[in-house]
Amino acid sequence: MSFPSPQPQPQPQPSPSSASPRAPASAAGRVDAAIKAARFDPIPLLLVPALIVVVAPLIGSVPTWVTLTVAGLAIGVTIFVIASGLTLVFGLMDVLNFGHGVFIAFGAYMALSVFGPLAAWTQADAIGPNLAAIGLAMAVAMIAVALIGWAFERVIVRPVYGQHLKQILITMGGMIIGEELIKAIWGPQLAALPLPQALRGAWIIGDAAIERYRVLAIVLGLVVFGALSWLLTRTKVGLLIRAGVQDREMVECLGYRIRRLFVGVFVAGSALAGLGGVMWALYQQGVVPQIGAQVNVLLFIVIIIGGLGSTLGCFVGALLVGLMMNYTGFLLPKLALFSNILLMVAVLLWRPQGLYPVARR
Amino acid sequence: MRGPLRACLSDDGPRSRAVAVLLLFVLVGLALAPFLFPGARSLSVAAKILVFIVLVASYDLLLGYTGIVSFAHTMFFGIGAYGVAIACTRIGPTWGALGIGLAGALAVSGMLALVIGLFSLRVRAIFFAMITLAVASAFQTLASQLSDLTGGEDGLNFKVPEVLRPSFELFEDPVLGVSIDGRFITYYLVFAAALVLFLALLRLVNSPFGRVLQAIRENAFRAEAIGYRTIHYRTASNVLAALFATAAGALLAIWLRYNGPDTSLSFEIMLDILLIVVVGGMGTMYGAVIGSVLFVLAQNYLQDLLALGGAAFESVPVLGALLSPDRWLLWLGVLFVLSVYYFPSGIVGRLRASGRRAGPP
Repeated sequence: MSFPSPQPQPQPQPSPSSASPRAPASAAGRVDAAIKAARFDPIPLLLVPALIVVVAPLIGSVPTWVTLTVAGLAIGVTIFVIASGLTLVFGLMDVLNFGHGVFIAFGAYMALSVFGPLAAWTQADAIGPNLAAIGLAMAVAMIAVALIGWAFERVIVRPVYGQHLKQILITMGGMIIGEELIKAIWGPQLAALPLPQALRGAWIIGDAAIERYRVLAIVLGLVVFGALSWLLTRTKVGLLIRAGVQDREMVECLGYRIRRLFVGVFVAGSALAGLGGVMWALYQQGVVPQIGAQVNVLLFIVIIIGGLGSTLGCFVGALLVGLMMNYTGFLLPKLALFSNILLMVAVLLWRPQGLYPVARR
Repeated sequence: MRGPLRACLSDDGPRSRAVAVLLLFVLVGLALAPFLFPGARSLSVAAKILVFIVLVASYDLLLGYTGIVSFAHTMFFGIGAYGVAIACTRIGPTWGALGIGLAGALAVSGMLALVIGLFSLRVRAIFFAMITLAVASAFQTLASQLSDLTGGEDGLNFKVPEVLRPSFELFEDPVLGVSIDGRFITYYLVFAAALVLFLALLRLVNSPFGRVLQAIRENAFRAEAIGYRTIHYRTASNVLAALFATAAGALLAIWLRYNGPDTSLSFEIMLDILLIVVVGGMGTMYGAVIGSVLFVLAQNYLQDLLALGGAAFESVPVLGALLSPDRWLLWLGVLFVLSVYYFPSGIVGRLRASGRRAGPP
C-alpha cells in the first residue's frame, strides 16, 4: 500500500487583504458556490424526462408511449438495482467484477426454487399471498447471493487486488464456473418463472395498458434507490463509503478499516444483484443460465454512462438505457442493441468521465 | 541453433529444452497430420488447432505483449470468416472472390479496430475491456439480424474454388496411403498460411515495435516519459491483432466451407481464447501453440473422457452431474482460475523457469 507523499502545507497566499479586506470572503463565497454546484448537477438528471418527452411525437400514439415509458422505467430500475453494487465496488476498491452477472443468475434461480414449493401462494388470486411469495423469494435470493458474493470475494477477488489484468481474467473465470454450476444444479435449459396470479395482466388507464408487475418493479426500484441514497448520504457508513470512493488511502489514514467496509459493500452489492436478478427474471418471466453474460453488457454500458463509482449516475444511466431499449425496440427494432452503444458514445463525447464523474479518476 | 532457423524464429527461440521438444512434436504432428492421423475427424481437429494458433497468438499480441484486455477479438475473427463466406456466396467460388472477401474483411476490421482503439484506449484497461465487450455483443446481434447478407442464425454454406473441394482429386491413386484430394490441399493451404502468420507475429513482437509494446505493458507511464506515444502504439497493436484475427477467421471459413454466428462470433470462443492464452502462457507466443493444441484436443477428446467419469459416478448425485461431459467447461474454468493464481506465466513460462533452475539449457 503506497501512501501519498506528504504534501507541503499550502502557503498562505501573499494576500492582498490589506488592499481589499473583503476579497477572502468573496473567494470563500465562490468556493461555497463551487461546492454547491459540484454537489448537485441537475442536467444529467433532466435527461430522463427530456428523453421521454422528445420521443413522444416520434411514437405518435399516447397509449403506446405510456406503455413503452412504463416498461422502460421498470427495466431501468431493475438494471439500476443490479448495477449499483457493481459501481460502488468499483468506486471503492478499483475492482471491476466481470463475474457480477453470475450473481444475477443465482438470484433468479433462487427465486425459481422458492416459487416451486410455494405454488399455492403464487397461484392464489389474491395480492397478499402473491406478494408474500415474491417477498420471500427476494429475501432468500438476497441472503443466498450475499453468501455467494462473500465467498466470491474471499476466493476469487481477494488475491488479485490492484492487478487489473488478473482481476478481469479471474472474475471472468469465476463467471464461467458459476454459470456451469448453475447448469449442473438447475439444468441448462430455459426455465419459466411465471408471475404470481394477481400480478399478471395490466391496468387499462384510458387506452394505455400498464402491466401491474412493471408498476411493482418501479416502486421496488425507487425504494432501493431511496434506501441507498439515504444510506450513502445520511449515515456514518455511507459517509465512509463515499469518502472511500473519493480517496481510499485518506480514509485508511484516518484509522478506518477500508477492507472491512469493502467486504461489506461487496456482499451488499451481491445481495442487490440477487434482488435485481429476481426482478429481471420476473420481468422476462423466465431465466436461462446465460442471463449473467447477457445482462453484463448492459451493466457495463450503464456504469460507464453514469460515471464509474457514482450511484446517482448509475441510476440516471440505467433509466436512460432502459428507456432507450424500449423506444428503439419499438421504433427501430434492428438498432435496439446499437442504440445503447450510441447512447454511450454520445454521453462520453459530451462528458468523457460519465454523467457524474467521481473525483480522483 | 543454426542461423536460418534463428532468423525464422526472429531470434526468439523456445529457450527451454522441454518447450523445444513439445514444439517440435506439434510442428511434426501438424505438418504430417494427413499421413499420421488419417480420418476426417482428426484432420478437422488439426485444422482447428492451426486456426486457433493464429487466433490465439494474435490475441497474445494484445493481452500478453501490450497488456490490453479486449473482448472484441472474436468480432474480428468473425469478420474474416464472414468476409470470405459472403464474397464466395455473392461472387461465386473463385480465387478472386476469396481474395476480395479477405481484403474487404481486413479493411473493415482495420477500420473498426482503429476507431475502437482511438476512442477508448486513451483510458484505462478496464474501460477498454468493457467497451469492447459491448461493441462485440452488438456486432453479434447485428450479424444475426442482417440475415439477407449473413444468413442470420443459420449462417452461410458456400462453395470454395474447385481445387479445394473434397470431390477434387489431384491424382488417381493415393500417395502413401492418403488420397490427394481437395481436403488435403486445403489442409496444407491452412497449414502454410498459419505457419507464415505465426512467424510474422513472432517477428512482430521481437521487432523494436514489439519492444515498445512490452515497455508499455510493464509501465505505460514510463514508456510515455521516454517519449513513445503510448496511445499510438496501443492502437497500432489493436489494429494489428485485429488483422491477424481476421486472417484466422478467413482460414476457418475456407476450411469449414460454412460460417455462422456460433462458429466464429460467439462469446464462448472469446472465453476459449482467454483460457488458451492464460494456460499456454501470456506474452510468449509459443504459449499460443502449446495452449491451442492442448485445448482443442481437450475440447474434442476430454468430453469423451468425462463421459466415462460421469458414467462411473452416475449413481452419486452431485458428482455425477459435475462430471457429465456437458460440464467440461466447468473444469476448464477451474483450471483457468488456478492457472491465473499459480502459473501466471502459463505452461511455457513454467517450463522455461524450471529449465533455468535445472541449469543452462
